Amino acid sequence: MATPSNVAIAELEEAFQQRIDREEKIEPKDWMPDAYRQNLIRQMSQHAHSEVVGQLPEGEWITRAPTLRRKAILLAKVQDEAGHGLYLYSATETLGVSREELTEQLLAGSAKYASIFNYPTLTWADVGAIGWLVDGAAIVNQISLCRTSYGPYARAMVRICKEESFHVRQGYEIMTVLARGSAEQRAMAQDALDRWWWPTLMMFGPHDTDSAHSGRSMRWKIKRQSNDELRQKFVDQSVAQAEFLGLAIPDKALKWNDTRNHFDFGEIDWDEFRAVLDGEGPCNHERMEARRKADEEARWIRGATLAYAEKERVRSSTGTES
Amino acid sequence: MRETTYDPAHIEYVLRLGDNALILGQRLCEWSGHSALVEEDVAMANIALDYIGRARDLLTLACELDGGNQSEDDLAFKRDEEEFKNFLLCELPIGDFAWTIVRQVLLDTYHFHLYDQLQRSSDQKLATIAAKSIKESTSHLRHCSHWLTRLGDGTDESHRRVQDALNEQWRFTGELFAADAIDEFALAVGIGPDLSDLRERWHAQIASILHHATLTQPIDAPPVAGGRQGLHTEHMAGLLACMQSVQRAYPGLEW
Ligand SMILES: [Fe+2]
Ligand SMILES: [Fe+2]
Repeated sequence: MATPSNVAIAELEEAFQQRIDREEKIEPKDWMPDAYRQNLIRQMSQHAHSEVVGQLPEGEWITRAPTLRRKAILLAKVQDEAGHGLYLYSATETLGVSREELTEQLLAGSAKYASIFNYPTLTWADVGAIGWLVDGAAIVNQISLCRTSYGPYARAMVRICKEESFHVRQGYEIMTVLARGSAEQRAMAQDALDRWWWPTLMMFGPHDTDSAHSGRSMRWKIKRQSNDELRQKFVDQSVAQAEFLGLAIPDKALKWNDTRNHFDFGEIDWDEFRAVLDGEGPCNHERMEARRKADEEARWIRGATLAYAEKERVRSSTGTES
Repeated sequence: MRETTYDPAHIEYVLRLGDNALILGQRLCEWSGHSALVEEDVAMANIALDYIGRARDLLTLACELDGGNQSEDDLAFKRDEEEFKNFLLCELPIGDFAWTIVRQVLLDTYHFHLYDQLQRSSDQKLATIAAKSIKESTSHLRHCSHWLTRLGDGTDESHRRVQDALNEQWRFTGELFAADAIDEFALAVGIGPDLSDLRERWHAQIASILHHATLTQPIDAPPVAGGRQGLHTEHMAGLLACMQSVQRAYPGLEW
């Protein structure tokens, strides 16, 4: 038999679901089921970590960009990603969790970041391929998230999407120049597409049938479209873009399907997907090492900031000049 | 059409300014994704973007003065080490956050006073670049000197780190004010400022910043110099190998 408090919770949950169904945004001070909160913290912090870790693969090429114009553009692009990380950390903090806790979870391995950033950037063409494909896939996902049910998350996504289109453009522009360049440059572009295509498709996550959190996330409208729907959308839009570049998508099964009105495409190597997710991709160790090193430095810097603030407080209360 | 020829010393003067901005900007790029605080990833990228932008303006101006046969990218990616004329301080590795903040304070203070004067340069284009640069340097200096105060007057550890960095970098600051024939030419024709005057302004402001940050100004030691003659530290080869790698591997292509 239901106890009164259980009844109360059930009523709250029902009212909550009705708000979701009416497309009302949920705000930080509103009542929400604990599972909704935990689900959001998991997804949003993973998203924030991805923006921050995502600086690393492309960051490798800022120092090596082949022209000063490209260097400035890439620097600004990677800077945007850091900014996205900040928007998303503050949006996540509205759920009552601190950035320090989130960072600890990342370093402990209990919070994830996008598996794509565990692949190495080997040539300049990889910078083009990342902008075109990885940011392109991120936009497909993020446009959908602009309608997510949690207000601060939705608003962060709107801001982020505005900047992402520049990211895709700079990447596609790099690919265009390479594809129309020398034989070496074309080969470089094709090689980058070959290496980044499948990891990009993995960004959308497991098949809907295998996705642990999908059903509930969809009911709560945290996610608005399923992994497979979003992946399909990305494949459909990418085919013409690759064709325009004269590059071949590395998938023999890729073929237009008249009945589905979509492209059919091959199966992802899910063993590779799981290995990378479990920390055994090509660069997982290096990425985490970079974050750990940054965190070690953050400790003494934060210590200094706190000590200084305390000295200032004492000085202002005793009237001594700083 | 009348060919205007500029004195090689004029071109060299602008080129040196461009090289300082380029090499320091290149170093600052290394912070992307590696800053302790994500806020500093954003802030350092801002400063780096300003320096790279300034380098592009200055190198383009140097090319124009030189007859327009070369581009900013030719200068950045095709010159050899001895042709770069930056201060040695610009090319030193980024170190830790304390090291980077100390260098920025030393150089942003220098650039603040330098570009303030260059706004009145007889070279109109250089004066225009200076008017933009002074705004940037003002904000860099505000950001970095705040950090220097917090680190200097923070914990024992943070104090030690910035003081050590300062002690180590101090001997590279003499080069900033060592006037040679190029600087004397620039002063004589009104392109550039009097370096002894610049030195006084720099010293006065640095003394006040260091005092505020509870740091001790190091005793002047024999200065380490050579950048302006193309004689660099051992760090420069690696910096250039990295920066020029794509252009060197695939010469003559568009990117
Ligand atoms: Fe982003
Ligand atoms: Fe992006």
